[in-house]
Amino acid sequence: MTNEEARIGVYVCDCGFNIAGVVNVPQVVGYARGLKGVVICREYKYMCSSPGQESIQKDIQDLNLNRVVVASCSPHLHEATFRRAAEQAGMNPFLVHMVNIREHVSWVTKDKKEATEKAKSLIAAGVARVVRHSPLERRQVPVRSDVLIIGGGIAGIQAALTAADAGRHVYLVEREPSIGGHMAKFDKTFPTLDCAACILTPKMTAVKNHPDITLLSYSEVVAVDGYVGNFKVKVKRKPRYVDETKCVGCFECIEECVYKTAKFPSEFELGLGMRKPIYIPFPQAIPLVAVIDPETCIEFKTRQCKKTCVAACGDRGAIDFNQKEATVDLEVGAIIVSTGFHVFDAARMTNYGYGVLPGVYHALEVERLAASNGPTGGEIVLRDGRKPAAVGIVHCVGSRDEHYNPYCSKVCCMYSLKLAHLVKERTGAEVYNFYIDMRTPGKGYEEFYHRLLAENLHLVRGKVAEVTRIAEAAKEEGKLVIVAEDTLLGGIRRVPVDMVILSVAMEPQPDREEVRRMLNMSCSSEGFFLEKHPKLAPVSTMSDGIFIAGACQGPKDIPETVAQAGAAAAEAIALTSKGFITLEPNLAYIEEQLCSGCQVCIPLCPYDAIELDREKMVARISDVLCKGCGVCVAACPSGAAAQRMFEDDQIMLELAGVLSR
Amino acid sequence: MADKPKVAFYWCASCGGCEEAVVDLAEGILDVIAAVDIVFWPVALDFKVRDVKELPDESITVSFINGAVRLSEQEEMARLLRRKSKFVIAFGSCSHMGGVPGLANLWDRASIFAWYYHDAPSVAPGNVREPREHVRVPEGTLELPAFWDTVKTLDQVIDVDYYLPGCPPTPKLLADAVGVLLRGDLPPKGSVLAGTRALCHECPLNESKPEKLLLKDIRRVHLTKVDPEKCLLAQGLLCLGPVTRGGCEALCVKGNMPCTGCFGPTDEVRDQGAKGIAYVSSILDFDEEADIERALANVPDPVGTFYRYSLPRAYLMRTRKVMPHA
Repeated sequence: MTNEEARIGVYVCDCGFNIAGVVNVPQVVGYARGLKGVVICREYKYMCSSPGQESIQKDIQDLNLNRVVVASCSPHLHEATFRRAAEQAGMNPFLVHMVNIREHVSWVTKDKKEATEKAKSLIAAGVARVVRHSPLERRQVPVRSDVLIIGGGIAGIQAALTAADAGRHVYLVEREPSIGGHMAKFDKTFPTLDCAACILTPKMTAVKNHPDITLLSYSEVVAVDGYVGNFKVKVKRKPRYVDETKCVGCFECIEECVYKTAKFPSEFELGLGMRKPIYIPFPQAIPLVAVIDPETCIEFKTRQCKKTCVAACGDRGAIDFNQKEATVDLEVGAIIVSTGFHVFDAARMTNYGYGVLPGVYHALEVERLAASNGPTGGEIVLRDGRKPAAVGIVHCVGSRDEHYNPYCSKVCCMYSLKLAHLVKERTGAEVYNFYIDMRTPGKGYEEFYHRLLAENLHLVRGKVAEVTRIAEAAKEEGKLVIVAEDTLLGGIRRVPVDMVILSVAMEPQPDREEVRRMLNMSCSSEGFFLEKHPKLAPVSTMSDGIFIAGACQGPKDIPETVAQAGAAAAEAIALTSKGFITLEPNLAYIEEQLCSGCQVCIPLCPYDAIELDREKMVARISDVLCKGCGVCVAACPSGAAAQRMFEDDQIMLELAGVLSR
Repeated sequence: MADKPKVAFYWCASCGGCEEAVVDLAEGILDVIAAVDIVFWPVALDFKVRDVKELPDESITVSFINGAVRLSEQEEMARLLRRKSKFVIAFGSCSHMGGVPGLANLWDRASIFAWYYHDAPSVAPGNVREPREHVRVPEGTLELPAFWDTVKTLDQVIDVDYYLPGCPPTPKLLADAVGVLLRGDLPPKGSVLAGTRALCHECPLNESKPEKLLLKDIRRVHLTKVDPEKCLLAQGLLCLGPVTRGGCEALCVKGNMPCTGCFGPTDEVRDQGAKGIAYVSSILDFDEEADIERALANVPDPVGTFYRYSLPRAYLMRTRKVMPHA
């Protein structure tokens, strides 16, 4: 189509003051009216509202428009809105083009005159390109109903139960020998102080018993191919050396291990407790199946062990020293990523003495000390078994600190208060909390804070400078001294204590980069997985069909995690319940008679959508696999690969439009 | 004789290889001569400019003009032949895309003259002379053509009907083109009279490409023992075959030399050099910046590699300031 035949409607949105506060919209409208092919140009306060959309629809019908340009916000937000509006008015939705004069102009341009000129250029570009748009059809592809959940902490558990209850078959993949994640390590949960195990373990058991959940523990997802609705997943199952189908979790092999005492640091107990080479991480583990650590097991090291464990297992014969790593292939329609968080390594802040001063612990360690199933049976005692008489809790270790993580970890104030309560309850010690700001938003949280104030907690407002054992006074001898500026008193305080608890930050998992790449997601600057929209699509990602839940998306507490897990499950259920999904038509295609079969495109396709037809020696793109990323189009050396919505002439005209003024 | 179609050949800024290609028709040239009248061919036959000027407009059926346009004289001759010819064919890479002479567009007249006539090391330092367009001698005024700032392709100066690409075009393509014109079986104006797909399609080594064509290194041809059975690109040699129009039957590759791009891009590609850079960077398989640096050290002359024949056609032509000389 040429500009002479085009009948273009241009709609410029004020977006309240978002655009109109910076861009001189009436001037832009006047300019757009003069562009070739433009039949009508309107301004409206909120183009995306019903009256805005209706004015476009009315013009399409009354003025016989054949192209529409909407100059407003990012297409991420409202492209679907305006396409739908045009479609309802009888226009092919792909004859609509959006020009982003909010994110690209008014939000980032200070000078009003410049912003107005920029908006004009971009609209000129949009008008130039839309003429070359052609009507396109959307495609429908079938969707698998199974759901993969990566990570079996509380988020993964909750999402798995919700999706399975809705009739989906769920594959729950957990890297550790047991599901439960961090929550399984906690003693009590704020603000209600109910026991973590009491509320978590029934859910873990429900996972085990659910007919529609396949639990793949001690396993890792190693590859994800395919696309929304039709993902192909490879899961690596690490060898436990114990047959999961035969082991009943009777603990007898562990009892009978040639090591009479447990002498290897337990991963689950963060090294505070010991385990044997054959072990079950904790008594409530799901699956309740033993696992052998080949690094410490004598049979693996010498091949000459008496294998008392095998004898103890007896006829069940669950122990299998020859078990090999296995790979499971899954095909699922949706994926929920709930890979959780990593605890900030407190040793990075050398001024707090973690790892050097034995009386310094990080918060998760103290959770284990406080837990009734923990290494001390719930006694909060020092490494030498003494009960502390004074305990200091240091908030914001590794968070709200530009040297480590600028963000607030959100849960630390609350768990610090909880730990203060538990320490007082178990030891009767004097407890000092050193905080920068006390942040307790949340239902019942501020009340919890007041409850703690009534328990005679000592609160010191100030960031701790250091923890030292160098005494400057007699009362500091043999103690750990916490040095902090008390910003309320306006002086330096030195508080001698027996135990220091560092309230460490929640950090993104160290392997998030690999996970991100495998699933084609993005990370925000601090490394947490990026949601599609912070408000309107908080559990979706830029990769269709891949959802996120829990602390892998950002620091959050259990209630929020559970809510998000439910939301992610609901999204996955919604996606997989229709049986098919509609895909955008912005696909790449290859002009066969131009393709030289050079094969440059083939390794580049992130979706493995391109194949070489060996007979004709030309490349071929699978419509179903192509996601329209455009990588092959940019790389194709002979211009044989092209992409709908991003044809060369559309882009060149768009550029010419920008440069036309 | 008067009924035979008239043909002219002319050369502008070029090395003479294109003329050689005509001679390379060997005994085939006899068929051409039998079919046409050559009315102008300065390199081989004694015609003068006035012979052309005297011809009626559009009386030459086809003029084959090779070489880029660098001098005022070349531009004048191109315009004259355009006026006298029904068809003008840009013959060879220089005329088609600027060719090797086009690489001089990294500089301009002043900087070229400054280097070659003043600053370059010389066996006779101080003996500084610059060409002048007008020189007065006792017999009158001598005239030299003007040296333009910019090397142009033929179609940046005159309207061109067809292009015969190559450095030089192969005798087969020339014979085909002559045949097409004589039969009156005319392709659409502006066509490049060679293949329509990139070279890989006719390259005998294309079948030998690995399943995933990703480069871990870039190698230079004179430092590489080439495996004649394996795709040169897959051996790490920067073969521009994927970004170059076919039609040459992979002559260079058959001689174990990677394609340097003389046939120009395919119809769909506007800027061969940019496309070449885009495709090579796409298949370089590096994660570390140091690896990229190491590989790029083997491309010491990126412009001369990717734009060897097409700099005057580049999108970015003249957006950059003149380069400094060595």
